[in-house]
Amino acid sequence: MSATTEPSAARDPAPDGKPNPLFRNLSAKFASIPMIITALVVFVGGTIWTIVYSFTNSKLLPRTNFVGFDQYERLWSTRRWMVSIENLAIYGICSLILTLVIGFTLAALLDRKIRFENTFRTIFLYPFALSFIVTGLTWQWILNPDFGLQNVVRNWGWESFTFNPLNDPDTVIYGILIAGIWQGSGLIMCIMLAGLRGIDEDIWKAARVDGIGTVKTYLRIILPMMRPVIITSLVLIASGIIKLYDLVVAQTNGGPGIASEVPAKYVINYMFRAQNLGQGFAASTMMLLSVIIILIPWAYLEFGGRKRG
Amino acid sequence: MYLKRILTALAVSAALPAASHATELEVTHWWTSGGEAAAVAELAKAFDASGDKWVDGAIAGSGGTARPIIISRILGGDPMGATQLNHGRQAEELIEAGLLLDLTDVAEKEGWKDIVNPPSLLESCTLDGRIYCAPINIHSWQWIWLSNAAYEKAGVPVPTNWEEFTAAAPKLEEAGIVPLAMGKQGWQQNGAFGVMVVAIAGVDAWKKVNVEKDAEVARGPEYAKVFEAAVNAREFAKDSNVQDWNQATNMVITGKAGGQIMGDWAQGEFQVAGQVAGEDYTCLPGLGDNEILDTAGDAFYFPKVDDPETTEAQKRLASLIISKDVQVAFNLKKGSLPIRGDVDLSSANDCMQKGLKILADGGIMPSGDQNLTPDTQTQIEDLMAEFWSGDMSAEDAQSRYADIIERAE
Repeated sequence: MSATTEPSAARDPAPDGKPNPLFRNLSAKFASIPMIITALVVFVGGTIWTIVYSFTNSKLLPRTNFVGFDQYERLWSTRRWMVSIENLAIYGICSLILTLVIGFTLAALLDRKIRFENTFRTIFLYPFALSFIVTGLTWQWILNPDFGLQNVVRNWGWESFTFNPLNDPDTVIYGILIAGIWQGSGLIMCIMLAGLRGIDEDIWKAARVDGIGTVKTYLRIILPMMRPVIITSLVLIASGIIKLYDLVVAQTNGGPGIASEVPAKYVINYMFRAQNLGQGFAASTMMLLSVIIILIPWAYLEFGGRKRG
Repeated sequence: MYLKRILTALAVSAALPAASHATELEVTHWWTSGGEAAAVAELAKAFDASGDKWVDGAIAGSGGTARPIIISRILGGDPMGATQLNHGRQAEELIEAGLLLDLTDVAEKEGWKDIVNPPSLLESCTLDGRIYCAPINIHSWQWIWLSNAAYEKAGVPVPTNWEEFTAAAPKLEEAGIVPLAMGKQGWQQNGAFGVMVVAIAGVDAWKKVNVEKDAEVARGPEYAKVFEAAVNAREFAKDSNVQDWNQATNMVITGKAGGQIMGDWAQGEFQVAGQVAGEDYTCLPGLGDNEILDTAGDAFYFPKVDDPETTEAQKRLASLIISKDVQVAFNLKKGSLPIRGDVDLSSANDCMQKGLKILADGGIMPSGDQNLTPDTQTQIEDLMAEFWSGDMSAEDAQSRYADIIERAE
């Protein structure tokens, strides 16, 4: 009996009985089903599928011929993978720190109520409107010794000037870093600027009354108050670092040699060019793992800490 | 009115296949440069003339770009009528998965076994005794292209083999010419290395390593000599700051570089630039040391479809590709060698004639594509990219090369 009454109550929230909480906002829940299914099937399902098949020796087609950790052993003994990881680490750390520092400095400078603020803001934000492919090609030309910066400075008369980062295996990743920062710091500046504008005027007045210098006020008072803004910036920068791919493809295509390879490029190359899905899956699983290793302690600190406080 | 027109169209389209022979076949390929497109046009013309309809599905970019698109279309259930692939192991798994059409009956009826030369071409189309592709041309890697003008400027005679090339290199450098042009891409460096193996270590050592996957030979003294020569070549090419192969070829055409080790597709560039073989440029098959050519090239594969009409059209295209007229028309435009020895190519230029003669004399070997999986090739390309751009010693490179061969399937 109850089985027949319950659905009817839900369809028609009777004046006497309380509506079942499961059926509250039914239309909203119904509308979100496609997204829930997408998230579960595409993201979670796809992730699990990839991890499972990374333990097989799939070549062109996925096959369930399990080989244990063979793909991972091969991955970690491959020189190109090690170079990729090293490059990502250098790029990641430098880009994280420099983008934040440059973004905040620019925001703080603009925040000093300068003239032509809008113009400067547009100029600094504009690179973000360009795709990584355009950014990469542009900087490939700027850093080209025959046409770019080096040539210009030499034409000014400084004949011995040498700046050729992209053709030297030791420095190529910094050449890519320059382009990455140029592209990304404008956005961070804007977010920081919004954060700075959100700080109460009274804080500044109080700091001035106490006789605290401007720089010190920024570093000691304003910066700690901008924690949520900084967290947002960090997440944006970090996701940009992990997916670093098109910038490298456009700027150096991994060269010279394999000196500027990155993990995402390894995954794509081994899945499609080398027709070795297992190897590509193993590499992408390692990328996921490294994200999780960084993310879990952070999430624990961020969300676990709030409960305690 | 409108509905009626649609209904008529539907009725006609339903009636057409029964009434006539013409079937549309979409053909995908990555022949997009000038000479290549002209060659494809010959093929399309011949197919249209036979009563069917060629729908061109050119994919821009090299094989590396096109191949994943082609394969994912076949896997994703949206097969084209026919597609170009390099003959070799690229389609092996597609055949095993039963996705490609078995052409054995056509091949037996027309006696492909007797006409296709070298036979290895048909062998790489064969899996478990069944034939799955129609080879269309032969491209070989084993060439060095030399600029006569560059050697004239340096005041040395044009070399006739690798040793003379090495000896002449310092003179070229003195004259401000880059001795060896080399694009900074793994496949070019790997290809050049493969050519040096055949020229210096000989074809037997090459076969032991690439066909039998014998890592001991790869560690041995013959390969050591090749790696020594490669270190020299790296030195010769250190001032060559180009990426693409045709940019490197252009350095030879303009006399900025002495030579380039590149496959016979480079010849198209010389032709476009209006240069004459033997006068403006010189070609040495097998680097002049070991006149032997590999038999890489292109072949057509036909994905399996349910429609029997399409299957028939696919088989008609397959036999057309092998036919004499198409072989001559296509290969003259493409600059590649035909897959059968019984056709007349007297209008071909000096370098092509050299190639034909070697082919007729049986100076052939199977290509890397036919023996190594794309996986192994990618690993070797990565190693070569690192070797050519850095200062890796010959010993290190050799031992890592041997490790890859040891793991190869």
